[in-house]
Amino acid sequence: MNGKLDYLAETPSQTAGPYVHIGLIPQQAGFEIFENPLGNVITGRNTPGERICIEGRVLDGLGAPCRDVLVELWQANAAGRYNHPADQQMDKPLDPEFRGWGRTGTAFDTGLYQFDTIKPGPVVGRRGYKPMAPHVNIWLAARGINIGLATRMYFADETALNEQDPVLRMIEPAVRRQTLLARREQRDGTNVYVFDIHLQGEQETVFFDV
Amino acid sequence: MVPQNEFIQRDRAQHPPALTPDYKTSVLRSPRLPLWSLQNSLSEVTGPLFRLKELGPLDHDLILNYAKTGEPIGERTIVHGRVLDGNGRGVPNTLVEVWQANAGGRYRHQNDTYLAPIDPNFGGCGRMITDQEGYYAFRTVKPGAYPFRNHVNSWRPAHIHFSLFGSGFAQRLITQMYFEGDPLIPIDSILGTIPDPAARQRLVAPLDLNAAIPIDSLAYRFDIVLRGTRSTVFENKLQGN
Repeated sequence: MNGKLDYLAETPSQTAGPYVHIGLIPQQAGFEIFENPLGNVITGRNTPGERICIEGRVLDGLGAPCRDVLVELWQANAAGRYNHPADQQMDKPLDPEFRGWGRTGTAFDTGLYQFDTIKPGPVVGRRGYKPMAPHVNIWLAARGINIGLATRMYFADETALNEQDPVLRMIEPAVRRQTLLARREQRDGTNVYVFDIHLQGEQETVFFDV
Repeated sequence: MVPQNEFIQRDRAQHPPALTPDYKTSVLRSPRLPLWSLQNSLSEVTGPLFRLKELGPLDHDLILNYAKTGEPIGERTIVHGRVLDGNGRGVPNTLVEVWQANAGGRYRHQNDTYLAPIDPNFGGCGRMITDQEGYYAFRTVKPGAYPFRNHVNSWRPAHIHFSLFGSGFAQRLITQMYFEGDPLIPIDSILGTIPDPAARQRLVAPLDLNAAIPIDSLAYRFDIVLRGTRSTVFENKLQGN
């Protein structure tokens, strides 16, 4: 008789549903409840780094914007270090005030999501300590999405670093790498990175099994 | 750098697939191309951490955290359990967020137009941080069933939505908890997205009379398992795990 492994199976995922805002972004559901809502402010006034706005839509298989999507962002600081004990890049400064996480919902009218944040620096990669190009990690949950979707947003203007990025380089066919690049725009003196996420269709965004 | 605490690969058989036509909204919102498998880097093993002092004293008490003129109507209910990882260890200091309909099945949400009334004393959300053993508990009123537009006559069993973080962003999970004995459970299109009946059953919280408060509140027990971390016995440490 074989021995038995005692790992526990992960709790199954279920859709966040149409009213995800109540629990995670109640102000968008239409009410105030917590004294300290989490995730709407990412940077403080003194957070070092280049101020950027990330903006985009989440599009369904017909190209229609999904207007009820929870979008979460997780990123390193401007030096390329995550505010987490597993990040042991001791040569990089850590800003305890900068958690590096934010959440928002796509707007009920326009379908746009927006983050005001700072551009992350390159983080050490998995293999050979080669750096990964600057990127933010994005996680989506919504009605009709049975299990949260993980992707990454890279910066289209970081051409040289993107070409060396171990994750982008792995993706085939290479044309799909384009789905992870945010395009830079200048708007009223602000650097805006536009990043539309396609849930399916010809331009389906690369989603990761992490 | 290979992170020391990378996660065990997710067993997708425990989860619903992206495309589940019986839950119609998934049809246009499901990726059709394979997910790209990504070995963990720091971007996956790290994730946001939260502190108890960021929460208010009533954030975990849905009976009181939106009470205006009195307490909300409904069955007073305690939900409690442990957040564990796949290795069987409690996940301490992790944020647990919950949201639900009121006792009549109506959500406090500008897009919910169901004819059951809003309860002026019920917000419908709460949050807590697990203790050192991974325990959490909150108090609420039991949510009601409600109809939704899927089939002509689709109803959701009573349920509470849960959002979990764990220690790394790759553990991020949103799910729903159901109540033992609910006759709508076997016909629910959302729970039915999970192919494995044993996996579905793990979302049904048993009545836990031992945790009930006599003459006050019933209780249900819901343990949650997040992904475990991979052993690295031969990679960089001889002592093992």
